[in-house]
Amino acid sequence: MLGYVIQRLLQAALVMLAMSALVFVGVYAIGNPIDVLISPDATQDIRAAAIRYYGLDLPLWQQYLAFLGRLLQGDLGRSFVLNMPVLDLVMSRLPATLELALASVLIGAFIGIPLGIYAGYRPNSPLSRGIMAVSVLGFSVPTFWVGLILILTFAVNLGWLPAGNRGPTVEVLGVGWSFLTWEGLQYLALPALNLSLFKLAMMIRLARAGTREVMLSDTVKFARAAGLSELTILRRHVLRLISIPLVTVFGLEFGSTLAFAVVTETIFSWPGVGKLIIDSITSLDRPVMVGYLVLVAFLFVTINLIVDLSYALLDPRLRRGGRTA
Amino acid sequence: MTAFWNEYRENWVAVIALAVVVVVVSAALLAPWIAPQDPYDLANLDLMDARRPPGFVGSNGYVHWLGTDAQGRDLFSAILYGLRISLQMGVAAGAVALAIGTTLGILAAQAGGKIEQAIMRVVDLQLSFPAILLALVLVAVLGQGKVPLVIALVTAQYAYFARTAYGAATAERQKDYVEAARATPLPGRRVVFRHILPNCLPPLIVVGTVQVANAIALEATLSFLGLGLPPTEPSLGMLIANGFQYMMSGRTWISVYPGIALIILIVAINVVGDQLRDQFNPRLRR
Amino acid sequence: MSGPLLSVRDLRTHFLTRAGVVKAVEGVSFALDRGEILGLVGESGSGKSVTGFSLIGLVDPPGHIVGGSIRFDGQELVGLPVQELRRLRGRRIAMVFQDPAATLNPVLTIGTQMTLAVRAHDGVSERAARDLAARTLTRVGIPEAAARLDAYPHEFSGGMRQRVAIATALLHGPDLIIADEPTTALDVSIQAQILAEMRALAKESGTALIWISHDLATVSSLADRVLVMYAGRIVESGPVGAVLRAPLHPYTRGLLDSLPAMAAPGQRLNQIPGSTPSLLSLPPGCPFAPRCPRATEICRTDPPRVEPPGRLALCHHPLEAA
Repeated sequence: MLGYVIQRLLQAALVMLAMSALVFVGVYAIGNPIDVLISPDATQDIRAAAIRYYGLDLPLWQQYLAFLGRLLQGDLGRSFVLNMPVLDLVMSRLPATLELALASVLIGAFIGIPLGIYAGYRPNSPLSRGIMAVSVLGFSVPTFWVGLILILTFAVNLGWLPAGNRGPTVEVLGVGWSFLTWEGLQYLALPALNLSLFKLAMMIRLARAGTREVMLSDTVKFARAAGLSELTILRRHVLRLISIPLVTVFGLEFGSTLAFAVVTETIFSWPGVGKLIIDSITSLDRPVMVGYLVLVAFLFVTINLIVDLSYALLDPRLRRGGRTA
Repeated sequence: MTAFWNEYRENWVAVIALAVVVVVVSAALLAPWIAPQDPYDLANLDLMDARRPPGFVGSNGYVHWLGTDAQGRDLFSAILYGLRISLQMGVAAGAVALAIGTTLGILAAQAGGKIEQAIMRVVDLQLSFPAILLALVLVAVLGQGKVPLVIALVTAQYAYFARTAYGAATAERQKDYVEAARATPLPGRRVVFRHILPNCLPPLIVVGTVQVANAIALEATLSFLGLGLPPTEPSLGMLIANGFQYMMSGRTWISVYPGIALIILIVAINVVGDQLRDQFNPRLRR
Repeated sequence: MSGPLLSVRDLRTHFLTRAGVVKAVEGVSFALDRGEILGLVGESGSGKSVTGFSLIGLVDPPGHIVGGSIRFDGQELVGLPVQELRRLRGRRIAMVFQDPAATLNPVLTIGTQMTLAVRAHDGVSERAARDLAARTLTRVGIPEAAARLDAYPHEFSGGMRQRVAIATALLHGPDLIIADEPTTALDVSIQAQILAEMRALAKESGTALIWISHDLATVSSLADRVLVMYAGRIVESGPVGAVLRAPLHPYTRGLLDSLPAMAAPGQRLNQIPGSTPSLLSLPPGCPFAPRCPRATEICRTDPPRVEPPGRLALCHHPLEAA
């Protein structure tokens, strides 16, 4: 087990290195950042000074090495536009995004998995067909459009919930959280619902597919032959059997939720990292873009690692001996 | 083929969806002939007609059944032209991604060894990385326009095709007749085109259908975020984004109708893709 | 209580598929006494497993029992509400399946799985259920049973896994165990062991046993009586010794001739020519006619009728009893 963990950690570090290089080259190699830093009317001298100041005159590989060195010390550079450390900037926005993503993944799992199991258990009932229709919609309809409809319905027409912004937060451990107050929850509700729709659809689909397959297996037939009630079979046998793919996707989806938060945050003016990246893209604020991407990549790799390790906890067959990644 | 269609016909939802796809695609193709107004001919536009509700009779005597947008364009016409652009981008991105992805997938499966490892590592890494982020970065880096957008969409999507083609090709490779074909001195090319490619097609068709819908949705999302096509070529996403600011003041139609058009198209394509998937899946066959 | 434990009359189980109605079981009748061991033999697709699953109402959709009667201990099982069937399953009629690797849940400990099976019928405590599970495992020959309750199925060998499945079937001391090819997936040496143990367990506890197998040799070493199935019908039945020594039906003869043990060394094994007919398009007469060496014109046109019970052969031209 320990060897497996170390092996996976090394792999994760390698992936991070590759990602950072890709991101760096992708963002720095194309276009000229200096154009957005200083006014086009600036004299050659000011221009040259700025280039030297930001290290833009060095060869790309030197810029990358310097970047990597700073990265290891937790220094992601300074925002060209806001002139503050990228790490501070991203960190100040990250809790809002994490809260939003977590809320939506939880909504997706706690509503989606039971619905999906039901739909897989009774694939031909009208209710199951309804559930699958919702799932197809959740998959196909773009997040931003659902967001608009949610605002239109619950904020503009019904006036039940706020249309945007984060509302009041409560400080815990030096970070502000929304979910601790009723008002904060109201602000969280629509964006979280919006972001969860895709996960909901995916959880329904996976749980349904898994359940359909497991229900036909000899394991379920044997449990039935032993006289177990259908509810016990679903709760004890089926849920455990389908949980392995679900956990994988749950983890991976948490990562992509962080990414898709970009859209939801823009619509609902949620002050998270997603809005930050959109702003930095429109203003070509490269250090922020790079910092954000490296951070998201880091979160991704970490999540993948956790998912892989929790495999071992869920599937006793993998606990001994390694798994080829 | 007849049997396939007979089975397809049993699911009436899928039949309707197919009909919708056909109607929408033809409407988009024929837009210049059937749209009541050329929404990009500035001579046609009158700001007096801007943001009028559905059913409004414009200064030129024309009835705007779906209302007008902020520039006074007939929304129905703008939607038809927007569909055209959205479909163009979706199909172009889907086709290029299909070509690149399939080539890489089959190459990996056929070559084996280091090439296989390298290709599939990259593909898996990309699959775990959200498509939208990749597209976002590429659009930011490459700038706006049709070509950069297609590149971004392709980069975000080819990996799905590569995975699918690879899976199908490896499964195929292990079958006896391919082994036999390899043992005889046939050129590898022929094995690929005669045996492997035809058997990869069903899953690729399914993924292709769904990915065209995804590309359309992704393009709309990027355009909505202001990172898609330039304003001179407004896709559905941009029409929706333009209408967003008027939504709070109750002029909901400017966003809602293009949105409905977008949803109908995407959902219909997905339903067709789902039905194909079920029909191609031997494990669900009765 | 008098009368047989199980009495099946004219059982018909059909599968309604896209291609047509598959008559997997078509008019099967037999009876089983308490403590009796019955072998149910046939090629794959003969309907022997579907017969077994029909008895406890576990035929996979799109299969349904479309007619006939199953009386178990005086109670009619066909048309019994699912809830009442469930109360019988595992408690009075238990089942053992072919592949223990597939039947046991790989992600639950065997203790958990057996405890669930105990508590499906008895409202006993978790502790008591585990104790019963451990005792039953000991009965089927698993050493250190109490400690092994916490193990997962993959930590057992194939034979041990099947013993766990058998123990699960024995938990409630059922009147009848239906075993569907329980040794087919095991090594030959372990097959013989399990076979002997099953026979001993059944005889010692007075449990009746229906042993479903494609292998006449296995059945002959175990069963009191044997039923031979072909194309959804019972084509021959009788005491195991009589059937093996002097089969009446040409199909049974063919099965016997294809057994390696029955052939003299060096002699070619006699395969039955042809293959099992598609249940979708059975010939109008005797379903075995196309493959039968004794078939005449009447076999191709008229289905053979059932002879009075006792030694039974569903055939126009039965072989002479020697």
